[in-house]
Parts: sequence; C-alpha cells; structure tokens
Amino acid sequence: MPERFRLYRTVVATALALGFSAATVSAQKPLPPLPKPETPPPVPSILQSYKPVTADRLKQPEESDWLMYRRTYDGWGYSPLAQINTENVARLKPVWTLATGQIEGHQAPPIVNNGVMFVATPGNQVLAIDAKAGNLLWRFKRPIPEDILLLHPTSRGVGLLGDKVYFAAADAVLVALDAKTGNEVWNAKVEDYTHGYYMSLAPLVADGKVMVGVSGGELGVRGFVAAFDAETGKPAWKTYAVPAPGEPGSETWPQGDQWKTGGGSVWITGAYDPQTNLTFWGTGNGGPWMGDQRPGDNLYTASTIALDATTGKIKGYFQYHPNDSWDWDEVNPPILVDYQRNGKTVKGLVYAARDGYLWMLERTADKINFVDGKPFVKQNVFTKLDPETGRPEIDPARKPGTGKKAEFCPSLWGGKDWPPVAYSPKTRLLYVPANENLCQALTGEPVTYTPGERYTGVAPASVVFSVVPGADHIGELQAWNLDTGQKVWSHPFANSQLWGPVLATAGGVLFMGGTNDRYFHAFDAASGKILWEFRTSSGVTGVPSSFQVDGKQYVAVLSGWGVDAARMQARLNVAKTWEFPDVPQGGSVWVFALD
Amino acid sequence: MGCEFRCGAARIGRRSALGLGLSLALAPRLVLAQTEPARERPKEGDLLVPVSGPSPEPLKPEDLQLDAKQTFAWPMDPDTKTVRSGSRLNKVLLLRLDPEGFDPETKERAAEGVVAYSAICTHTGCDVISWHPDSQLLECPCHYSLYNPKEAAKVVGGPSPRRLPALPLKTVDGRLVVAKPFTGRAGFQQQM
Repeated sequence: MPERFRLYRTVVATALALGFSAATVSAQKPLPPLPKPETPPPVPSILQSYKPVTADRLKQPEESDWLMYRRTYDGWGYSPLAQINTENVARLKPVWTLATGQIEGHQAPPIVNNGVMFVATPGNQVLAIDAKAGNLLWRFKRPIPEDILLLHPTSRGVGLLGDKVYFAAADAVLVALDAKTGNEVWNAKVEDYTHGYYMSLAPLVADGKVMVGVSGGELGVRGFVAAFDAETGKPAWKTYAVPAPGEPGSETWPQGDQWKTGGGSVWITGAYDPQTNLTFWGTGNGGPWMGDQRPGDNLYTASTIALDATTGKIKGYFQYHPNDSWDWDEVNPPILVDYQRNGKTVKGLVYAARDGYLWMLERTADKINFVDGKPFVKQNVFTKLDPETGRPEIDPARKPGTGKKAEFCPSLWGGKDWPPVAYSPKTRLLYVPANENLCQALTGEPVTYTPGERYTGVAPASVVFSVVPGADHIGELQAWNLDTGQKVWSHPFANSQLWGPVLATAGGVLFMGGTNDRYFHAFDAASGKILWEFRTSSGVTGVPSSFQVDGKQYVAVLSGWGVDAARMQARLNVAKTWEFPDVPQGGSVWVFALD
Repeated sequence: MGCEFRCGAARIGRRSALGLGLSLALAPRLVLAQTEPARERPKEGDLLVPVSGPSPEPLKPEDLQLDAKQTFAWPMDPDTKTVRSGSRLNKVLLLRLDPEGFDPETKERAAEGVVAYSAICTHTGCDVISWHPDSQLLECPCHYSLYNPKEAAKVVGGPSPRRLPALPLKTVDGRLVVAKPFTGRAGFQQQM
C-alpha cells in the first residue's frame, strides 16, 4: 500500500483508538473530525509523464538512465556518462539526501528512469523519488510476517517494464507496483517463507518475464529461478538449481533425500544475452554446509547456470567447485564480455568467485566452456585446475567435514562476496572489490532438518576467523586486464574489510563505498588513485549508479551498514586483529553532482 | 527502546486490541491462524516440553544441568496437552544457573535457578542457539547479538535492538510452569 493511503488508514485507526481513550476522560474536548477519505491525491506531474520502459530500452538504455541492477544486461555496472571525470571529480558535492527510515544493509542501486528514481530498502520498502529534486513521490511498504527467519534483511533493487515496478519481497512474494502511484497491481507467491525461503535480489526483466531466485542456503532450501509473466504475474517456469532424481545432474547427488534440501540458492540478479536468449545465474552453497553429508559433485550448486529465458531450460553450466564445503556461494552471474586469448577473441564470461579464483569462460548458445582461472587472493584449497575442464583439485586437509576441522583461505565470505564487479570498455579493466588475507576454520556436525530452521550443520563455536600473519590489510580494490589476464593495480584499505559494489564510468572515474569509515570513494579507473571521498551517514554497501537529468550527471548510492559487512566486522573484532570502529546503522539515499 | 520497558504483561491487552485492528487490515489470515491453541503464545499455567527428545515429558528444574548450554522447549497446555509449536515465536530457551548472579528482575522470574527467554532473536528472527560457557552469554549465530541471561537477557553485543522477552517461571509439583506471559513481544519487529 502506498504511503499516502496507508498514512490515512493509520490516522483513522489511531483516531479511533484515541477516541476510545477520550471517552473515559470526559474533561477532554472532543477531537476535531478527521478528513473524509477522498479520491487519492493527484499523481505528481513527473509521474504523470512517466516514460514506459520497453524491451528495447532495457536492451539499449539511454545514456541518462539506469534501468536495471547493473544498468545493462551484460552486468558491466558501467555508465557511459562522462561529464564527471578525473579532472573535475574532486568538486563533487552532495545535492540531496533522504532517510529511508530503515536500519540494516542497504544494498540496492538507485534505479533511474527518465528522472524518476526507485529505491528498494530493507523492511520490504520501495521508494519513488524525483531524482533531481529529491522529492519523495510515493512509498510502498509490505508487512513482513512476524515469524519469518530473515537471515539477510536487505533488498538489492527493483526491476522495470512498461509502467510497472517489480519488487522481490522478503517473504518470497513477487510484487508488481504501478510506477505512477505505488499501488500494487499484482502479487505472486514465489515460495513458502515458513520453509526458509526468502528473497533479497532485484528481479531480472527479460523476454516479457520477471525472473527471481530465492535465498535460504542456510535454511535447507532447494534453490531455483522462477519466471512470471510481466503483465499478469502468471507463473511461466521454475527451474531448480538442484535436480530431482532422474533429471540431468541428479547422478551427482547421493541416493537419499539430500537433493530436497541441497541448497543452491539464487540471490543475485542474473545477466542476460539477448542474442542467445540465455540468462546466466549464479548459485549458492550446498546445504547443509558439509559436503560429506551429500557426497558427490552436487550440481548445480556453486555454479553458473545458463537458462533459456523463454522456457527456463538449463542450456549450460559451469561448476566452480564440486561438493562445496566452505559456504562459498557463487551467486553473482559472470559478466558478459569478449576478451582476447592467444590471438583470438573469446565470447566470454568473466567471474571473480567467492572461492578466490578469477574465472575466464566462454559462452556459446548451448554450453559454457572453461578458458582459464587463477587466484586473485590467497587461496590454499585448490592444488591445481584441470587445464581442459577447469575442475579444481582439492587439498583434503583444507576441506572441512562432519567432525573434521579444517583451516582454509579465503574465509567463507570468499575472495569477493556478493558486491558486484564493474567493467569499463574504455580501460578494458575488470574492477574487483576483494577481501585479501582472511582465512578461517570450520568444523561440521550432524544436523537434522526441521522446516524453516537453520540447517548448516556447523558448530557455531567452530567458526573462527584468522588473518594471514603479517598481513597489513584486508579490503582491496583490484583492476585486472581481461586481455592479458594480469592484475594492473590494486588499492588496499589498511583499516577495513571491503563490501563495496563498484561503478565504472566513461569519465574514467570509479565509485565505490564498502569501507567501515563510512566513505564513498572515487578512483582513477586507470591508476587506482583516490580522487575524491565523502563521508556519508553510515557505511556504504549499496550499488552506486549514475544518471543524467536536464543535462546534468549525477552519482547516487545508498548508505546503510549492516548484514554481512557488519557481521564480518564483528568477527574480526573478536579476533582482535584490528579494532574496527563502530559503524552506526540507518539508511539514506545520497545523490552527488558537480557544483 | 520502545517495548523494552513498557510492554509488560499488564499492557499487552490494550496493545493487542490496538494492534488487532491494524493487523486484521494487513494480514487477516495470520491473525486467524493465531487463534489456534498451538499458535497462541505461552499462557500462565503452561508446562514446558523439550523441542527435541524422546517424549514430550514436562521439564523439571533437575532435567537441566547447572551452567549447561540452553535447552529449547515448547509451552504445552496442561489440560488439552496441546504443544504450542504452531508458531516458532513460541519457542523458548531454558538455562539453569546459579541465582546468586541474577539481577533482581531475573531473580523474580526464575524458578530454582531456571530462567526462560524467547528463543527468537529480536534482530532478524534467528534461533538463539549459541552459548558461551565462560562468559555465560547467549549468542545468535546469524549476526552475533549477545544477551546476558542473568540480567534479563540484556543486549551486551551485536546489532539486536532489544533484549529477549523473558517468560517468568514457577514450579508446581516439581515441574516448571509458566508464571506469566512473555514480558514483551517475541521476535523481531518491522520498522515503519
């Protein structure tokens, strides 16, 4: 319900309640009558002229817009706007800011269509804002069931098509809103939240459908991607990341019921290749965490899967590590980018994995091929990769099991967790927000499945983090040349872990937050030098975006520390390696421009 | 802090009445479902039965080992034998500790050193399953909120916005019995 109407209802309810109280206190004057419910307030002019989002605009967005999670289907996180550049970025100033009224991790990009901004926040909330002036246009809020187990209270944004805004609600319900009013047009149940399914990703809109995946890899879910008709909300297809017995891939699971709770959650928006009509999705850890409780490779956990957008059929896959036992969700889709190898152009997929390897792959219409892979942080689990298939050989001493402790690097949060990489076609560099030098121990324990309850099979006390001796930093922004496969520069953060999604721009400037000092940083995309910093209200873990209104370029980002950035920090402070500062929570939208 | 100090049992009736109107508008099915006895919050006189175990035998103080990790239990209607496992928000955790270390509030709610709290973290609703034996603190494994069970489950670390609601206990015929409803709202609260 949009805020305008909900507010009215709350006023009525409160007034009724107050009325009851007033009746008992006769000395008080009667309250003045409340305004009668009238026709809804007029739609603001900026929304009256709302520009419908077409399939063509999603494929080729105007330079001024940011219409989806990573702006373009290829996942680059790149804005072609160049008004803000390396020469003038030091003059960047905040233009407006807006509190979201929510705590916890604010991770969504401000999505902008022709001057109208949509922001999704924790607390099942979507805000529509005049992107230039900062006026709040409407606010949608969906109640969260009180008995939900919401392990990651966040949202990573909305999807757009026509005059609708699509929101993946935490309670595993897909909601379509009217972009002009914030009224709900339809909703569709995706799964049962009482069985541990919840949602946090921005929906992917392609082929006339809205596609979502589910979180819950710690709660015994069987992950999937589901598609719904964008106009009506009618279910179109549902493809599980864990095959049922008899389906292709089921031979990589044991004979028992493990597949029913096998994990493979999908909680980051997929990429899309319009040429082949394939969507690319990353899948999460196997469930429960210890691989020896589900012997086999466990397809398609910790993989990229290529799904036909029309049918949902699995057309290809690449598993980054078999029989996951490290909680290494490989949930980001690879970016779609062509690169040079051995004098040839590879139609590529590039992925900086939680397992700490940078994977270079090839995409075809019906297969994903391995090209090469190398660690981008200290990694002591893989002893080598098969040169043909890319399958890693695992050091058994580095693989935890049930009743078996193992120490391994990188930690369960990986060389890079969910914050997306960015790629600039101008520098041909891939920008990776990494966490280096972090290792950990894990010990598994037997676990019984109870629907909706934690199902990791790990003794909490066995989860112990450590830092590589002599390490002088953890957070590190890296730049990799895709054609040479070499790291070109890296920027370490001496006093922080890094949870910053990256924005690349045609002005040669990168934007990223992610550090516990609350700064939003601008870097020279060619050298990694910091060109500008601004200290926001809380820590910045939002996906930055850039847009243009009335000829002026803006950069926008959500500030709002929480979820895993805060959780990692709590563990690091327990380890007493660093004394990281307290980072107050509380979300807000920040918009910057040149003065 | 909101509910922390003001949501005593005496006020629950009025709050519920207010909340009901809004809740009915927002989620009618949810409210109806809570009228099922198995979903109703623990009531005075309820017994406590272990969540896992061979039989739903009501717990006695001596069933709990002194200073040991928490035991999880469901309230059970003593007359109908209805185990109130229909809502995870009814799950409680029990600890048996030396009452010498309790603050006055906790002392009053404890029965022979046994304290009971909602097992659901007030941050994002995870089960509070971890126990630090040395510091005698409860911990939620999801985001590492720490609660002190000897001081009315006060938050002593992590992101949790408020303490775990307590479930005051007494003993009747040697068995643990609920003396009063939860001292506050169980589970996490959506911000408006």
